[in-house]
Amino acid sequence: MNAASILHPVLAVALAPLLPGVINRTKAFFAGRRGPPLLQAYFDLWKLFRKGATYSRTTTWIFRAGPIVNFACLLAALMVLPLGRVPAPLAFAGDFILLAYLLGLGRFFTVVAALDTGSSFEGMGASREVQFATFAEPALLVGLAALARQAQDLSLSAMYAGLSAAVWSQALPLLALVAAGFFVLYLSENCRMPVDDPNTHLELTMVHEVMVLDHGGVDFGFVQWAAAVKLWVLGALVVGLFPPGATGRPLADLAAGLAGLLVLAIATGAVESCLARVRLLRVPQLLVGAGVLCALGLLLTFR
Amino acid sequence: MPAQGSMLLFVLLGAVGLLGASGAASVFAGGRSERWSVRLGVGGAVAACLAGLGAAALALVLRADAVRTFAWNLPYGSFAVGLDPLTAFFLVPTFLLSGLAAIYAVGYFRPWHGRNPGRFWLFYNALVASMALVLLARNGVLFLVAWEAMALTSFFLVIHDDAADGVREAGWTYLVASHVGMAFLLALFFLLGRAGGSQDFAAFAAPAGSAGGLFLLALVGFGTKAGLVPFHVWLPEAHPAAPSPVSAVMSGVMIKTGIYGILRTLALLGGVPAWCAWLVLGLGAVSGLYGVLYALAQRDLKRLLAYSSVENIGIVALGVGLGMLGVCHGLPAVAALGFAGGLLHVLNHAAFKGLLFLGAGAVVHATGTRDVERLGGLLKRLPWTGAAFLAGAVAICGLPPFNGFAGEFLIYGGAFKALLGSDSVGLGGLAAVIALALIGGLAVACFARAFGIVFLGEPRTADAEQGHEAGAAMRGPMIALAAICLALGLGAGAAVRILEPAVTMLTGPAGASAGEASMTWLFPITCAALASALLAVVGALVGLRRRLLAGRPVRETVTWDCGYAAPTARMQYTATGFAQPLTQGAEVLLQPHVESRLPAGIFPAAAAFRSATGDVARHRLFDPLFRGTANLLGRLRWLQQGRVHRYVLYVVASLVALLGWALVR
Repeated sequence: MNAASILHPVLAVALAPLLPGVINRTKAFFAGRRGPPLLQAYFDLWKLFRKGATYSRTTTWIFRAGPIVNFACLLAALMVLPLGRVPAPLAFAGDFILLAYLLGLGRFFTVVAALDTGSSFEGMGASREVQFATFAEPALLVGLAALARQAQDLSLSAMYAGLSAAVWSQALPLLALVAAGFFVLYLSENCRMPVDDPNTHLELTMVHEVMVLDHGGVDFGFVQWAAAVKLWVLGALVVGLFPPGATGRPLADLAAGLAGLLVLAIATGAVESCLARVRLLRVPQLLVGAGVLCALGLLLTFR
Repeated sequence: MPAQGSMLLFVLLGAVGLLGASGAASVFAGGRSERWSVRLGVGGAVAACLAGLGAAALALVLRADAVRTFAWNLPYGSFAVGLDPLTAFFLVPTFLLSGLAAIYAVGYFRPWHGRNPGRFWLFYNALVASMALVLLARNGVLFLVAWEAMALTSFFLVIHDDAADGVREAGWTYLVASHVGMAFLLALFFLLGRAGGSQDFAAFAAPAGSAGGLFLLALVGFGTKAGLVPFHVWLPEAHPAAPSPVSAVMSGVMIKTGIYGILRTLALLGGVPAWCAWLVLGLGAVSGLYGVLYALAQRDLKRLLAYSSVENIGIVALGVGLGMLGVCHGLPAVAALGFAGGLLHVLNHAAFKGLLFLGAGAVVHATGTRDVERLGGLLKRLPWTGAAFLAGAVAICGLPPFNGFAGEFLIYGGAFKALLGSDSVGLGGLAAVIALALIGGLAVACFARAFGIVFLGEPRTADAEQGHEAGAAMRGPMIALAAICLALGLGAGAAVRILEPAVTMLTGPAGASAGEASMTWLFPITCAALASALLAVVGALVGLRRRLLAGRPVRETVTWDCGYAAPTARMQYTATGFAQPLTQGAEVLLQPHVESRLPAGIFPAAAAFRSATGDVARHRLFDPLFRGTANLLGRLRWLQQGRVHRYVLYVVASLVALLGWALVR
């Protein structure tokens, strides 16, 4: 562990709202618009945190706890998250299981907070969220299992630290398959195209946006910030697979990781501009496809 | 430490005696004074459970190992009882949950409506005593007697509300299943004892080459009690029919005696062939997925919890299977992690499933219905029950910082360790990882649904609207169990350390060092530090939110309904609707029975939709099997004519045949 490891979670919390800004600017570029400022997400957070609150009479403390627990889970997840060559502040065997289950805890509370409103819209979103998660979670763990078997190590930081150019040239098919699988998971877990459309707030097709329909003010600020951090967390899992070559200098590695996340955000914007949302009934197939990619990668390690 | 061990053994036997005596006293007092009957029953149960819990915990810490044999006038039987880490470990949840459920029962059954409370306490206390005796027994005959007593007492508890719909039929299913399982155990103990020449466990020996076959007998016999698929069919019938404190004890600890039996058989047999490990692993994966998918499709809250028990027994079996795989292939770390995870999940499941059944009981008590579609908005009416149920729901999904995560983490650890190993073992590890991940995702769906539909939103019926919080006697045990779930999650490192001697019994000495290394390495940081950090962050964010909202307007209004003018509670998402995307995908397995009359024509009149999910193993496997057996045996009806002289003829004929056989021999 070094200074960069300590710095990474702090940067993640501080810079995560930049990612939606980059994605939106990319989409605006593709659409030929000027688009919102790069720092729009920060302005939104600033505005939301200075607002009062309006709650439905139906809701209970669960509704208020949902955004907080979700945000706390993502912050805790940052503690075991490596970014490329920069190891996580905490690394131990099985830390990736904790990561997956922290995301699960956040999801559980988002879902029950949505059900707390008694709205059929939010119930629908909650139902879809748990359905997609059922397919996404095995895919994520199988992909990580492939990396673990490849690295012969059970800690996330060690798994990612070992991915040198030499390993890439030797295990190219495996890493490419897992990277493709993780990219699909990154899109679906963050409710981006082609699984969910972050722009449609009131349509029957939405998942994440509808679950947070009733949140406002400070709570919605937490929701938005947590969504940005989640982009960062899953993005780091994808970006870490592509090592820029070991520089040996921790801060340079960290900078390379940040650049990777920005490139990923631009790629997300490009995907979102070029792809339509797939039909809702096709989403499980997409996710199972991601799982199959990861499983194929894993099977390559058996011989 | 044999002296201490014997002393603890006497304390435990004393607790068993106290349970029996207090139950009987409760019946006799019940004729005269209801109050004294309850006092005697619950007093005896709680005192015995406290003493037993203390003794069992002490035995675990001291690693007590003792066997005492008393004279007993029964052929082949001796009253041999013993205490070792495995027994002591299973005794802890047994006494803990039984004691808490007894306190809960006081509130749950009040008022008794003139029935003798001894009717309940006699069987309840005897059930706890027989479970303890099953765990303590070191003689085949004693074990089977205790096992049968456990089956019968729990049968009488299941049919406690014998006037209610379907209760007697559920009891009948349970009784039949118990005895089918018992038949396999009789064969198992007969074969083990014949080879060793005595029914004492110490003398048991497996004839060469038969370990696999014997283990198979144990797996069916004990698996029926544990609820492994496809022997689980009695569980979803009996658990909803039983009164809630009984469901809690049956699901929380009684079915675990089946797991104990499998582990004890493993220890007695010494070693089993590798295919047994694969079989247990496969049964675990199938039970886990089957259980959680069926749980997802249930409308009856207690039936849902019963299927979830099938799921959790599956998770335990995954751990045990990994442990056996590790032993067979000489991978001590896999063995230690698998067995430790399985055992820890046994303890954890007792805590959270006990809690959830008690919570479901409080819901039934408050609203009079178990149908989740008729509930809703109960968190406002039952705040304590709701909070405790939420803790249980988070724990059972295996989410940090609660205890469910600790057990599943160890099993995952074993699976990933296996995955790093050679190819064949690696595939076993991969299967376990995929099964655990799928079960985990589906469990989140299942329990978000159960908690969300029952406790959140608006009440769907007047029953739910009139719900009231449970009394102190019911609330206390639920809060205590929720606290235990959290404590076991945060203190999982310590729990694993206490488990270690029991794990070593199963892995052999090689596993001890590997287990020690991998577990101390894996564990304390994870659970304690990060889970506490998580709670601290939550606390900090709550504080931040309060600061930000201070001095700003906080208003209340209706849920945003897109401007619709007349929303009603019926427009909320239903439990069936919530689960529909997943249950529809699993239709092949669930085979739901659907009756629908869809709206037709330009001016549609009434429409109707009904769906119910039966159990495919029951309908496709056991019903045909039992019908076939009944048909076959029906052919022998002509033997039974009701005429006494024909029966005398049968007796004489068999006597003559036996004499002839004796002469020829």
